[in-house]
Amino acid sequence: MSSDFKPMSVPELKEMAKIIRTDIIEMIHEAQSGHPGGSLSAADIVTALYFRMLRVDPENPGWPDRDRFILSKGHACPVWYAALAERGFFDKAHLRTLRKLGSILQGHADMKKTPGVDMTVGSLGQGICAGVGMALSGKLRGKDYHVWVVVGDGECQEGSVWEAAMAGNKWHLDNLTVIVDKNGIQNDWFVAEEMPVDPLNDKWRAFGWHVLEIDGHDMAQIVEALETALTIKGKPTCVIAHTVKGKGVSFMENVPAWHGKAPTTEQAEIALKEIKEAA
Amino acid sequence: MPLGDKAGLKPAKPMREVFGEALLALVRENERVVVLDGDLSNTTKTLAVREAFPERFFNIGLAESNMVSIGAGLADCGFIPFITSMSGFLLTNGYDQLRLNIAIGGVNAKVVGSHGGITLGKDGPTAMAIEDLALVGGLPSFVILVPSDPATMHAAVRAMAAWEGPVYLRSSRVAMPHIYPMDACPFEIGKAIVAREGDDLTIVGCGIMVAAALDAAAMLADEGIEARVLDLHTLRPLDERALVAAARETGAIVTAEEHLLHGGMGSNVARIVAEHYPVPMRFVGLADTYTESGDPEDLLAKYGLTAEDIVLAAKEVVRAKRRR
Ligand SMILES: Cc1ncc(C[n+]2csc(CCOP(=O)(O)OP(=O)(O)O)c2C)c(N)n1
Repeated sequence: MSSDFKPMSVPELKEMAKIIRTDIIEMIHEAQSGHPGGSLSAADIVTALYFRMLRVDPENPGWPDRDRFILSKGHACPVWYAALAERGFFDKAHLRTLRKLGSILQGHADMKKTPGVDMTVGSLGQGICAGVGMALSGKLRGKDYHVWVVVGDGECQEGSVWEAAMAGNKWHLDNLTVIVDKNGIQNDWFVAEEMPVDPLNDKWRAFGWHVLEIDGHDMAQIVEALETALTIKGKPTCVIAHTVKGKGVSFMENVPAWHGKAPTTEQAEIALKEIKEAA
Repeated sequence: MPLGDKAGLKPAKPMREVFGEALLALVRENERVVVLDGDLSNTTKTLAVREAFPERFFNIGLAESNMVSIGAGLADCGFIPFITSMSGFLLTNGYDQLRLNIAIGGVNAKVVGSHGGITLGKDGPTAMAIEDLALVGGLPSFVILVPSDPATMHAAVRAMAAWEGPVYLRSSRVAMPHIYPMDACPFEIGKAIVAREGDDLTIVGCGIMVAAALDAAAMLADEGIEARVLDLHTLRPLDERALVAAARETGAIVTAEEHLLHGGMGSNVARIVAEHYPVPMRFVGLADTYTESGDPEDLLAKYGLTAEDIVLAAKEVVRAKRRR
């Protein structure tokens, strides 16, 4: 592990989350394509993971003992790319190439192209299953790495998510933590109206998981939940993070239309200003 | 150069919007038609139906395999379900269900894969359907339709509802220029359309590659090569007569498709030609590769799916024909 990295404190993480949000807006604006809503809702969670929790080595992305992270809701990969770049996995200049011909940053994350990406994502409902495989692998080899997976609440409609939940319970995968980015919105509309998934907490509990529920934008709560997850033994943990889609940009917050649309230059300027001036 | 420009074709709106309009018209006319979508109604453009006929629109959410089987159940009870999503998720996620609940029983369900091919562009390879025609090709009872312009899209949507049995339709994110008049489109399931006459070779295309083939034919004509263009909008049942006639009458064939060469239109055309009237052939399509994120036009150029690529293949195949 590179020696100069120190896990961040909560105030430092809050500042880093602002940088990540800035990167997200800049890169989606530059690409004129992408998914800002679900990237912004996951920004605080992914920041806490990459700048405090994950034992990874940007110099050696393939380090066998690294913690694994999978953004199962792969369309939100701008948040992943921002975190990887800020953490030093590749030069920040790549962020401006998002979704362009020849880029290492594909519209949905590609394990063959992007350093630090361990599983290709984009078809929802699969990253979590691959996470089960990685956790099983850790158990089999007696490794102490942890597997972290972020899924969407819309994604939780996929049957495969619950097949993974069953498997996590069967093999007592306490080295696996799933974080649900529960922003209440999917592509078309609000999850509760389109195809309800609630009560999510009871569902995960019924599937044998340890369930924690937090405000997914309160950095102290996020850190506490992720650290707690590491201490739960004998079963996997699911952190239900209540989030706001588009969090940090007023006109994107809670608006389904901002699921998969790039801001205009004017909108991007307003967004960046709001992020900068936020407490 | 915009697609269809060289051939003098008029630009049109994106195919998915044309599909949305055609579907809305159908829902209005035929009360047995219901629409299922998997959280992508603003993408596939079934949104028009969702807004006008909410009681006949079912948003299944992110659950494609469930959606396919629900559609099969509706069909079994007399409805005509249009099961829609992005092709790259619908066929792949719902394949077992398509096979068991629809294909084997010949159930009267209609499956629409939006965003076929690589022209969905920036979302990248995970969302691109470059294998949908091969996948649905593996389901023997399915009719397979790949419209090439707004008129064939409208006609195909009507025809698939009238057809008794499973049908797959490929829709697209991008625009394809007008080739046929909207009010007099010679579309019939299983009957290829001769979109241009010529006797030096035949270019067989489907979807967006028909307009590219017409552009290529115009470029070839400048060099004194007259290409027939066959619009193979139906991949099953294949119009064997039109293909054999093309082989016999023009003596050389180029196929062009926005799909993997492996298991796509071209390989099926080659089987017919090889069996009945072997002539030199060349194949324009995707070699064994996934592509990448980018602008549709840049992707078509980088991965060899332009009128220029068809022209090169055409010249080669004509040379091969003359050497015989
Ligand atoms: C299997 C599959 N079907 C459809 C899509 C297209 N799609 C991308 S994102 C999305 C909505 C996702 O909603 P959610 O999981 O709640 O993500 P978030 O709101 O956090 O962005 C859809 C339908 C997909 N990527 N994968």
